Amino acid sequence: MKTILSEQQLALTVKRLAHQILENNLSLENTVLIGLQPRGIWLSDRIVQELQKIVDPAHIQYGKLDITFYRDDIRKSLHIANATDIPFNLENRKVVLIDDVLYTGRTIRAALDALLAFGRPSKVTLCVLVDRRFNRELPIQPDYTGKTIDTIISQKVIVNWKETNGVDEVVLM
Amino acid sequence: MKLSTKHLLGIKDLNREDIQLILSTAEQFKEVLQRPVKKVPSLRDITIVNLFYENSTRTRMSFELAERRLSADVLNFALSSSSSAKGETLLDTVNNILSMKVDMVVMRHSASGAPHFLAKHIPAAIVNAGDGINEHPTQALLDAFSMREKLGKLEGLKVAIIGDIMHSRVALSNMYLLRKMGAEVVVAGPPTLIPKYISEALGVRVEYNLKKALQWCDVANVLRIQLERQNQPLFSSLREYNLAYGIKRKMLESLGKEIVIMHPGPINRGVELDSDVADGPYSIILNQVENGVAVRMAVLYLLANREN
Repeated sequence: MKTILSEQQLALTVKRLAHQILENNLSLENTVLIGLQPRGIWLSDRIVQELQKIVDPAHIQYGKLDITFYRDDIRKSLHIANATDIPFNLENRKVVLIDDVLYTGRTIRAALDALLAFGRPSKVTLCVLVDRRFNRELPIQPDYTGKTIDTIISQKVIVNWKETNGVDEVVLM
Repeated sequence: MKLSTKHLLGIKDLNREDIQLILSTAEQFKEVLQRPVKKVPSLRDITIVNLFYENSTRTRMSFELAERRLSADVLNFALSSSSSAKGETLLDTVNNILSMKVDMVVMRHSASGAPHFLAKHIPAAIVNAGDGINEHPTQALLDAFSMREKLGKLEGLKVAIIGDIMHSRVALSNMYLLRKMGAEVVVAGPPTLIPKYISEALGVRVEYNLKKALQWCDVANVLRIQLERQNQPLFSSLREYNLAYGIKRKMLESLGKEIVIMHPGPINRGVELDSDVADGPYSIILNQVENGVAVRMAVLYLLANREN
């Protein structure tokens, strides 16, 4: 087991990601943040907390998206759906998708498909905490990356959050 | 997590976890149905046939809409326009349909046990959309979903099922489900329409006095008199039935508390329910219909993904 991000590094990384998002979407007026269920929500919650310290919280539009019904491996095993909560239209908005680990890219493909049910965004960008860059199965790349790592398929990246696992850290198994 | 059964033949075969899984999945589908685009691609590789050997408005349309919202391919079979009139048996009809590569069968039939018979003989997943006087599982699931949505829980809920208990598949499925989920059930109606050993068999209480049943309950699920299934007179007239067991606004207002009125449809206005009750503030009848689509989407989704 190898630590990729310690608690302190994780906190700094989340802060940096929030600032980078803000850098490209000043004042966040036409931008919405969407965390991917289930595990991306922990990251998106933290990023939103950081943003609330910098900009008027009233300007932050934040939703949660579950992609279960859009998966391409739906027949292989049953996945249990989580709640989707997007109480606003995405027509002509700039969407920042947020997830914890970018691996094969299939989750993001499904998410792009699912987003269209809420309108046609003017732009979609992707923010991830960990990018396993050599394991992609689809042409999908992140716009905001916490940490890029080189892994083989047999390895596992585990993101722990204080809320669920009692500790903030990213480890490689 | 997945369902413990390959088919949905009746609530009798489901366990608590199955019911909870269906209801929680239905909640997610209900959200899908609020989106600008109310469709997901989950079942785009699945073909479903709706075999309706008995008339239906709500159930058939609700199933078809659920199937289409899941992107499944849909085939419809109606008794009147089929070859059954030429003497083809149920099993032959279904095997012919299945040879066209159909994955799931949704069936309504006037014979109790017809879907159970099919399940023994064909490989496709079967969803019972009502069989004779036996079960109507998706109706019970959508009733439970609607009760839970309105009152927040099923455990400990007091539900009165009122009307033709003897001939109602909705009543039987509801009793199984509510008892499994820890609700208390009273069945009310004329003695001739309530089976004799129902208390012992299903763990429900029998009440012949409508007012007492209403005073006791949180929810009244009111049923239609199934005249088409009664081959002998079981009460003197519909007018007399209405006088003794029809639910009237005045009676509800005299209870001193609010109860929820449900009805699986079709309503016979002026018989079991007066119009001002069916359309009144206590009624969640149209919410039941709305929830039916989400619940059926959940059932189809969970059964389609059960293999492997």
